[in-house]
Amino acid sequence: MAQKKIHALPNIVSPNTPVIFNPDICDGCNTCVEVCQVDVYIPNPEKGKPPIILHPDECWYGGCCVNDCPRPGAITFNWPVQQRAYWKDKATGKVYKA
Amino acid sequence: MTKWHDFFQKGGKAPPWPYPIRYDQEQEIETDVLVIGGGIAGCWAAISAARTGATVALVEKGDTIRSGAGGPGCDHWCHVPANPHSKVDPDEWAKKMNEYPGILGTLQKDPVKCPYANGIGTQIQCRENYDTLLEMEQMGGKIRDVDDEYIGAEGRYDDTKFMFSPRVSPNHSTEVVIRIWGTTFKPALKKECKRLGVKIYDRVMVTSLLTEGGIQGARVVGATGFSNRTGEFMAFKSKAAVLATAGDFSLWMLNTELSGYNTFRSRNSTGDGVAMAWRAGAELTLMERTGILMLGTGYKHTWYGGAGDASYENIQLVDANGKKLPWPLQGWPDGGAMRPSPEDMEKIYKGVQTGEYALPFYGDFPGMPDIERKVTWKLMLGEESTTKIITKTYEKAGFDPSKHLLQNYSFIEGTSPSQWRNAGGGGPVIDWDLKSTLDGLYVAGEQTFSAGDHSYAASTGRYAGRKAADYSRQIGEGKISRDQVALEKARIYAPIKHSEGIDWKELHAGIARTMQYFCSEFKTELLLNMGLDSLKDIEENHVPRLYALDPHKLMRSIEDLSLLTHGQIVLNASLARRASSQLLNFFRIDYPELDPTEWCKFVTVKLENGKVKAGELPINYWGDMKANYESHNKDYTGVYKG
Repeated sequence: MAQKKIHALPNIVSPNTPVIFNPDICDGCNTCVEVCQVDVYIPNPEKGKPPIILHPDECWYGGCCVNDCPRPGAITFNWPVQQRAYWKDKATGKVYKA
Repeated sequence: MTKWHDFFQKGGKAPPWPYPIRYDQEQEIETDVLVIGGGIAGCWAAISAARTGATVALVEKGDTIRSGAGGPGCDHWCHVPANPHSKVDPDEWAKKMNEYPGILGTLQKDPVKCPYANGIGTQIQCRENYDTLLEMEQMGGKIRDVDDEYIGAEGRYDDTKFMFSPRVSPNHSTEVVIRIWGTTFKPALKKECKRLGVKIYDRVMVTSLLTEGGIQGARVVGATGFSNRTGEFMAFKSKAAVLATAGDFSLWMLNTELSGYNTFRSRNSTGDGVAMAWRAGAELTLMERTGILMLGTGYKHTWYGGAGDASYENIQLVDANGKKLPWPLQGWPDGGAMRPSPEDMEKIYKGVQTGEYALPFYGDFPGMPDIERKVTWKLMLGEESTTKIITKTYEKAGFDPSKHLLQNYSFIEGTSPSQWRNAGGGGPVIDWDLKSTLDGLYVAGEQTFSAGDHSYAASTGRYAGRKAADYSRQIGEGKISRDQVALEKARIYAPIKHSEGIDWKELHAGIARTMQYFCSEFKTELLLNMGLDSLKDIEENHVPRLYALDPHKLMRSIEDLSLLTHGQIVLNASLARRASSQLLNFFRIDYPELDPTEWCKFVTVKLENGKVKAGELPINYWGDMKANYESHNKDYTGVYKG
């Protein structure tokens, strides 16, 4: 197994992945960069690639980046673990968690 | 590879800042009307001013396309008594709203002794927000069920296709709240701004108001700001300005990584408008009021994470065994009441303790009639601010409202800690032109004290825009003080001069901790003064150490300075109110009497020659609402005709 280079990085802010990009669908149009009111993203230096999530800890979970994305499936919301909701099947009583 | 650390891991270096850095550059912009804040109120102010022929500049910290609390969407156009199906008179309704505070307060039996409402804003809302709604439709906003998706739903009128909400309408007795497709609004507003030639400055933070001769209390003649992407400085010169900024939702928020929890407002809501108005010398009121933050419930806070919520109207709340709770159905019989009466809440609490009601509770979506479930899930939750993404996420995870009960978090989340607060919607004192106590400065939306909802923001923005434009036609150009600009420039750019000390997050936590310690549940003169001393210490010893590595962090740093100022205002206002008040959520240990008659008034604070001056205004200082509205709006022409 090839040794992966390990950098000395500080702790990562939390939550750090409010959305997940699908690079096969995202064409780097940066609509999400523009509609985010807190500037969570910056454009990727490589044109055509998904933006970089630079300020994930400032995410409002407002959802505009996903809702206004012109290429459905390019961005998926990824709620922090502590913010995942519960529900129950009325017929079976089985409890689910997102 | 979209996370910063992935990028770093691959290339071994941080991505370059993607925008040109222009700290050393300056733009000067001249305009008749300057609108500060591009949310709902700001966009409406810009549009209505531009429609009179005035030149308009609109400045927004985010991007006007989706910025502001109402940027993502909105599901209720509240208090629209001038609509054709309304069963109440607009002036009577405004009067009632003024006597019974709160969005649902109009259902209360007895008027509140000290309501601390905003009679001016309320009257404008009740008189003009139906016209505002029709103008929203002209611009492309969807306000009725034109696609016939909800035929048969309760509250839908087949002739106009308006869909009414149960809010404040028990048994359809008022019909004053209309359901709307608010996700369509903000892009339409930005498009109209562009069509009218409004100059939009997105990603620019306004940092101060400029006054004639640089004198505190003089006419407002412009503002300063900077780009939060490039750092470029901007000096705006205006004949009239409209302050349409947001409130302050993080002054007591110790942890800067919890912004996703406080979902009524985004990270950007840091009270900049109040701070700059204060420094310019405007008189402010209701600054001592606070609310309790609802932290950490489900996806969001209690309102959208559980079933006991306005947007879940018509849903029966049941316990873990399916037993119905004595909780309002939030439908027409109870006028959309969101919370049980204190008596019923006591019954539920006791029932939980004795095992009569098993936790957790659930919202019984499957028990709803199909059409009502569709209205609630698709129209209300699909259009309201940040909830559209929640319904999408639930659905993707397999939630089916026709089969599944949605969990409610009442009780099991515990009680919100009292030191985690938000500032309670104070703001500049305004007159019947929505003008502040400073010439040339108008106020709209949330920034007016005791502000309301989306339709309030829209209608007061529309009103302030036309009044500001009127003023700009009557007044000559003001003169900007270059000294004032130079001082502000030095203040703004101090954090980029060095690269060590403290960052904005540490400063923010320090300010929040001061507010948690000295201005929360337990208030005394000694504690409040200790709070002022603590903020002074932060100002003198820690602010000079503040550093910012890029224009975005510079914005967050300058926001902290707004918060610091905001904290000082709140503490001064709290010292000035020497009584306790239920409605202001304001309890002084040294003055415990609740709402004594002599304190049933607005306490005001302002800076005069750099010194804090407290004052007061009568609880209904605006006088006869109907008569004053009419005398100030003889030339009002109604719905825009193009």
